[in-house]
Amino acid sequence: MLSIKNLQASIEDKQILRGINLEVKPGEVHAIMGPNGSGKSTLASVLAGREDYTVTGGEVDFLGKDLLDMDPEVRAREGIFLAFQYPIEIPGVSTTNFLKTAVNQVREYNGLEKLDAVSFLKIMKEKMKLVEIDQALLSRSLNEGFSGGEKKRNEIFQMAMLEPKLAILDETDSGLDIDALKIVANGVNQLKSKDNATIVVTHYQRLLDYIVPDYVHVLYKGRIVKSGTKELALELEEKGYDWIKEEVDAAV
Amino acid sequence: MSSNLNQTLIKKFEQFEASLNGEASSSLHGIRKQGIKAFDQIGLPSAKHEEYKFTNLGKILEKKFEWISPHHTSETIDIDTLATFQIPNLDAHSIVFVNGVYSESLSDHDNAQVAITELQKAKETHKDIFDKHFGQHATYKEDAFAALNTAFITNGTFIKVDKNVVVDKPIAIYNLSDATANESVNYPRNLILAGISSQVSVIEIFGTIGDHNTLVNTVTEIAMEQNAIVDYYKIGNDSEQAYHVGMTQVHQANNSTFTANTIAFGGGMIRNNLQIKVDGEGCTANMNGLYLLDGKSHVDNHTVVDHIKPNSVSNELYKGILDGSSKGVFNGKVFVRREAQKTNAFQSNKNILLTDDAVINTKPQLEIWADDVKCSHGCTTGQLDLDALFYLQARGIDKDKAKAMLLYAFAIDVLGHVKIEALKEHLDHIIAKRFNQEF
Repeated sequence: MLSIKNLQASIEDKQILRGINLEVKPGEVHAIMGPNGSGKSTLASVLAGREDYTVTGGEVDFLGKDLLDMDPEVRAREGIFLAFQYPIEIPGVSTTNFLKTAVNQVREYNGLEKLDAVSFLKIMKEKMKLVEIDQALLSRSLNEGFSGGEKKRNEIFQMAMLEPKLAILDETDSGLDIDALKIVANGVNQLKSKDNATIVVTHYQRLLDYIVPDYVHVLYKGRIVKSGTKELALELEEKGYDWIKEEVDAAV
Repeated sequence: MSSNLNQTLIKKFEQFEASLNGEASSSLHGIRKQGIKAFDQIGLPSAKHEEYKFTNLGKILEKKFEWISPHHTSETIDIDTLATFQIPNLDAHSIVFVNGVYSESLSDHDNAQVAITELQKAKETHKDIFDKHFGQHATYKEDAFAALNTAFITNGTFIKVDKNVVVDKPIAIYNLSDATANESVNYPRNLILAGISSQVSVIEIFGTIGDHNTLVNTVTEIAMEQNAIVDYYKIGNDSEQAYHVGMTQVHQANNSTFTANTIAFGGGMIRNNLQIKVDGEGCTANMNGLYLLDGKSHVDNHTVVDHIKPNSVSNELYKGILDGSSKGVFNGKVFVRREAQKTNAFQSNKNILLTDDAVINTKPQLEIWADDVKCSHGCTTGQLDLDALFYLQARGIDKDKAKAMLLYAFAIDVLGHVKIEALKEHLDHIIAKRFNQEF
């Protein structure tokens, strides 16, 4: 589904990604871990199409198409979903209205009929249950006054509504207590299928107890320096990142 | 440059006075003479005048108007034309003036609860209270345009709400300028009196018909007694041939609440002077404004809130979106006098510039003489929030649509203060259309 070859990216003349290689197939869950500054969030942002970053080399193939050539909204319509690490507040734009616009623009792009207000509301009510989100929250301005947990649950709720093919969760666990974490993870797990895939970007192993990865990759200084199974994540939790850093730095 | 026009205007006053036939000795005329005297002393502001340097109305009056009398011909319009200016579904008392002339046939108000009448009649029917308040509040001796309005007072709206009366419907004052035949200049003058514990909503709507230039120079005085609640709306949606300078002067007594919503969608050069004297304790003064400008529109909002007594609150929120090569000006003065301890005054002006040619000049001006107060001001000028834009795009919404959603959201915020449902919907509709939003 996703094929990243030698991806390099920088921001404001600072090189962050120095050649990422990654293959993600439908039905898989990939975890991207790494110390701070390794480029985890950059990778997520570059895949979503954030213009602050400049791609300086490499290619990304998504379902046979050149992802890097697409505007952010096209990537979303093709099936990419980024759950933001820090979902921003947008006063004056309600979650309901914005989602209805988004869902319908995605549907239109994919040759589906737009949903009318009634059908949309019906689907909304169904998906709300997945992350235990209150309807009252949805008619307010997007994320305004939401707690950290509510914001993250709102991201997963949007994911449920948009039904992406590839979900990228950017440190979705940051700032969450264990209960909120469980709700979010449960939502993600319910949405998983053999046809879609998930990339979980995380600093800590904790989330991976709940969203179990098929593959774990460690990002360090802009490259994937180690890949393994979920055992690798447990090893990182026990030993930290230092041993990997030493291994990599010694080899240079 | 301006001195010629100053002289022309003074001569026009002499002609006007000569035409008055015996009214020359009335108290109203006494006030007119004060007006022209003040104008003679002050004269039209030059480009260097601090209060008008970004809004050079003096030059406009010089260049765009011929000042040949009579200024206007028609005194009425047909009902279908009026309908284009009316707010859909608004159930209100209405009073209509066309080119400054009261139109009985187009107006629709009953005086069961509240006295709504032309100024010309009110000065007789309500003589005592009229004389007590008329011309006593507006600072016309300090402002050339208010002085001119005072000098040329012909007619306008008089509203008197008695003690304890809660007026059931809003009162809509329509001032329409008909410039189909030639230029239209008029000087609407309004006096609104809100008695103890009364409540009233007043909407001033300005509109133009025809292609010649129009000038509206208006003064509205609002005197509020204790505990009164007044909601005031000023709506302008004009072409670039429309010029406007308006002073709204409010005097508040103890425990009164005044809210002004000033909405401008365009005009050649519009200057709104909103001045509030918070002359009581336990008062609240709210000033909300929205200006959505494009093309070559120019809108200038100057506000003054003067905290004279302690323990009162003022809140100000003005927001602007400027497109094309439009110009916006904001000057918010907050005065807190030495005795006005425990004053809470908040001011915020937020602007979004959509093009390189749009310009905003904004100046918060807080002068605080008391030492136990809470005052804050915030001023932002920028473009759209790029993070917000990306968020919407990352969910599949195309850039143009995302921009429109954000602009609409920015503007709609001010509408939260509009309490009249029909008016809110009407404004929402105009804003939605401006940003191509259908929900």
